[in-house]
Amino acid sequence: MIYLDNAATTRPKPPVVGQAILTALEGFGNSGRGAHDEALTAARTIYDAREKLAALFGCDRPERVCFAQNSTEALNAAITGLFGPGDHVISTDREHNSVLRPLYRLRAQGGEVDFVPADRQGQIDYANFEKLLKPNTKGVVCTHASNLTGDVTDIVRVGDFCRAHGLVFVLDASQTAGVLPIDMAAQGISVVCFTGHKSLYGPQGTGGLCVGADVELRPFKVGGTGVQSFSETQPMEYPTRMEAGTLNGHGIAGLNAALDWLNETGVDRVRAHDCSLARRFYENVKKLPEVTIYGDFSAEIRAPIVTLNLGQRDSAMVSDELERRFHIATRPGAHCAPRLHRALGTEEQGAVRFSFGYFNTEAETDEAAAAVKTLAEEL
Amino acid sequence: MEETVCIVTFPTTAGAMAMEKACRAEDRPGRLIPVPRSVTAGCGMCWMAPKDSREVLEELVVRRKIQIDGIYDMAMPR
Repeated sequence: MIYLDNAATTRPKPPVVGQAILTALEGFGNSGRGAHDEALTAARTIYDAREKLAALFGCDRPERVCFAQNSTEALNAAITGLFGPGDHVISTDREHNSVLRPLYRLRAQGGEVDFVPADRQGQIDYANFEKLLKPNTKGVVCTHASNLTGDVTDIVRVGDFCRAHGLVFVLDASQTAGVLPIDMAAQGISVVCFTGHKSLYGPQGTGGLCVGADVELRPFKVGGTGVQSFSETQPMEYPTRMEAGTLNGHGIAGLNAALDWLNETGVDRVRAHDCSLARRFYENVKKLPEVTIYGDFSAEIRAPIVTLNLGQRDSAMVSDELERRFHIATRPGAHCAPRLHRALGTEEQGAVRFSFGYFNTEAETDEAAAAVKTLAEEL
Repeated sequence: MEETVCIVTFPTTAGAMAMEKACRAEDRPGRLIPVPRSVTAGCGMCWMAPKDSREVLEELVVRRKIQIDGIYDMAMPR
């Protein structure tokens, strides 16, 4: 089987990830609940992971890394923690539902939301951020890279816009953490929301948010923290402010090992490998008859994603055929990105996404391109 | 018999972890223990070290920007 659905979750994980989880399952107590060695072992590992994530995102305070189950939970925490009725937020048509639904809910609760539109090619005009600015604009929430097309947002430009107008900048790094460089200080990012199980190569059920120095979030969840037990309110010190209940210590141990693997391998090397495979696949399929590819491939920096359709065929049927006849795993359908599908005109057809990871090879990439060629020729 | 020790308390577990890591890295004395009930502290664990290490620990906490609740001299049973 050739697994080309790494944008959904990377597979396989580096072997050290599973080993770390097993060791944690056998040895961990509960972090922050007691000072015995088993609890401290868990707490030390979790703190190690905070340090590595802070370094990855250009944040100098490990305690500003707050864990969550995934990007969606982190984005919910950031959006509900920062914005309320009367606040105006700018986002884009490229967003995943993990951004859109919290923003739609904000709007239903009395907030205002505007979206920078995407054109038929899925591109956005950055001048529109300025045009959408209002006196009550409080922030921008946007994805670093579209999970549908792989197009990358110019976050330096968005960060500069936010700095110039005193806005908070929430970045959805679901598709880019571990692949593209992220530097909160240099790029003017207030909150980075990340997941552990995609390009960080950790297990599912891990993720979180890295909160900038001057950013105050209302707690998303409240409850047991192991600290300040007699306080009726959630402690306001980070990371406890954003972490109620027992953390996924076993999963975070896996993520911690994945971060070691990533640091040893190098983000630049992972990006070069993944993007080279995506580019190779694109070059092999772009001129095939009846193949429509979405996104801007003239851009030098992209997420390692190639999304296409074959004629007018239902993307679900194409993906099913790729698996059944060629043993290639891809993702069809709507990709939780309804606004971008409308912009691309793929609301009905969906699209077939090929997404590449560090454990894919050139041979697999060529085999996938050959399969697309076969299907295209059969149309 | 009682002995006076230096106790550092923290608002979060992350603060306690930062303290332990910094002390190990700089070869400073002490260890994490459960917070005695007589101490008001946020976190359930504190750093206990010999009384005469207070100054070096205070300097370390400030320099490394470690989140703490406070530093105390405290009589502890031997």
